[in-house]
Amino acid sequence: MIRTTPLIIGLLLTASGCTLQPWVKPYERARLADPIMSFDRNPISSSYLNHVYEAREGARGADGGQGGGCGCN
Amino acid sequence: MNKKSASLINFITSQSGQGRIRLIWIIAGITTMIAALPLTAAVLPAERFDALFHYYNGGGITVQGPALQASKQVGSNTLFSAKYYVDSISSASIDVVTSASKYSEKREEQSISATYLRDKSTLSLSYSNSEENDFVAKSTHFNISQDMYGDLTTLYMGYSKGWDNIYKTLKTAGNTNRDPAFAEDADRQKFRLGISQIISKDLVTNLNYELITDKGYLNNPYRTVRFTDGSTLGEIYPNTHSSNAISLSANYHLPYRAALHGSYRFYADSWGINANTFDIGYTHPYRDSWIIGGHYRHYSQNHANFYQDLFDPFAPQNYMARDKELSSFNSQTFGLNLSYNFIQQGWRMLDKGTLNLSIDHMRYDYDNFSDLRSATPSRYGFSANVVQVYMSLWY
Amino acid sequence: MLIKRTLILAWLCCAALGFSSNATAAVDASKIPAPDFTLKSNSGKNIKLSELRGQVVIVNFWASWCSPCLQEMPLLEQLYKKYQPLGFTLLGVDVEEDSSAAIKWLKEVKVSFPILFDNENIVTERYHVSAMPTTVIIDRDGNIRYIHLGYTPGIEKTYQQQVRALLKE
Repeated sequence: MIRTTPLIIGLLLTASGCTLQPWVKPYERARLADPIMSFDRNPISSSYLNHVYEAREGARGADGGQGGGCGCN
Repeated sequence: MNKKSASLINFITSQSGQGRIRLIWIIAGITTMIAALPLTAAVLPAERFDALFHYYNGGGITVQGPALQASKQVGSNTLFSAKYYVDSISSASIDVVTSASKYSEKREEQSISATYLRDKSTLSLSYSNSEENDFVAKSTHFNISQDMYGDLTTLYMGYSKGWDNIYKTLKTAGNTNRDPAFAEDADRQKFRLGISQIISKDLVTNLNYELITDKGYLNNPYRTVRFTDGSTLGEIYPNTHSSNAISLSANYHLPYRAALHGSYRFYADSWGINANTFDIGYTHPYRDSWIIGGHYRHYSQNHANFYQDLFDPFAPQNYMARDKELSSFNSQTFGLNLSYNFIQQGWRMLDKGTLNLSIDHMRYDYDNFSDLRSATPSRYGFSANVVQVYMSLWY
Repeated sequence: MLIKRTLILAWLCCAALGFSSNATAAVDASKIPAPDFTLKSNSGKNIKLSELRGQVVIVNFWASWCSPCLQEMPLLEQLYKKYQPLGFTLLGVDVEEDSSAAIKWLKEVKVSFPILFDNENIVTERYHVSAMPTTVIIDRDGNIRYIHLGYTPGIEKTYQQQVRALLKE
């Protein structure tokens, strides 16, 4: 059975994409390209800290990490 | 359990054909959207080498070890990377003190990955293996990222599959060996969706969603639950665990060269745990070579349905847990980090190099997990310090 | 049921259109006169585009924070060295408000073609730069013949083919 809702959403997204113009010009991107604006400047350090938290807390996921099976039980 | 998260979990993960088709349509829709837009080239991650030493001390546990990571570009479209990580654990923690004896253990993890860039997308595949004497975890991960809307939007999708093998160690005559009579396993799957959106020339935001489902033996084989009459019994966990997490984070560039960071994550799972995580940070470069930063993180969760500090021996339960990770608690972290770029102009084949120090101070306070070590049990709490010292090289 | 079928068909058409048309990031502009400009160069002199008429010119818009731009620079340098004696020139336009980072980078990776500084983004706007980097190829009569958006490894071969063709005209 194919549901209508995901279909409509998908179609709208497809159609809308073709006409939008970028509102931040590519040559205005200097600040965004600055390393201090990166979400993950030091991946080896953030993946370690995510592991420290995940091993001690009940919550997991949506934390920027994706790799490693840690065996934390 | 929260009604909304229950129905959301059911919507996406229902084992019926219908549920899978819904997920497939959502992914198909996003892929089609990607196809119809004007595309610009994305970039492979930078080639770098990182060597880190980590040290954790708190709650009676010390965990330390190295972490090494290196990546190399091959040709113009592919990047390979490898990682090695060790946790050397020495523990006299509360779990251990009240139900077992002091132990030390070592966990080693290795992973390799390949990232492929084609002007339409970045695809990556990785494999990871983690081993300690009573736990082996293997996992594989697949991720796609796609730039769209004149590079203002990036879409992310990912899938991971993991296989765990759980054992028990026995101490016999001074040696630690695996108990041949105990071997269990667990399977894990993760589904990730994310979108990174540039809002203005100073602001970029990320929205991420992750669904994790686990099946199999999910508890710690050594841990016990306690009853009001003082008796104990091994924990009994459900053999499935499904969770949803959604997070929103933002980076804002201040009028002078510095950045503010903020993030919030909401978590809800099929065990009845709801958790909220807030993090705010500030990064400040100084001159050309120094970057200093600080952050504060607050985490809180309520306990799992089948968690109790003490169980009533006359009120039998299907599932019972006394793992403090499943209790009601909150944690706070204050962290500071310092980075020094010692290769400003490039040196031989190195473009950039940094020396880094990061210190985090954490405090965990439990609402319904008791410290049973004293005559009058009180609510348990502990502090920990986490230190990281590392060097990064770009080439 | 009919609505669902129509939607699915519409979706498939959009997808097909998308997949078929997105391959090219280059535009064959078919003789649009290149907007004239005068910018200060790294040698201190001002360079005016219309004074270069008679030569094939590549105008490359770049920035020090744009890594594909930096990857492309040594390849542009090779192109410049090869064809400059035959009546070709290359102008590297730095689009940054503050040129100090670009100047610092150029001290490390020296290029021999002129670098122009468009600190007020006047030329960038005039050329409707919509991607970084953008490479505009202009013929001997001062008309824009090709525009390349972004940098993909291997595109320098296309630049070479196009420059050679324009040199022969």
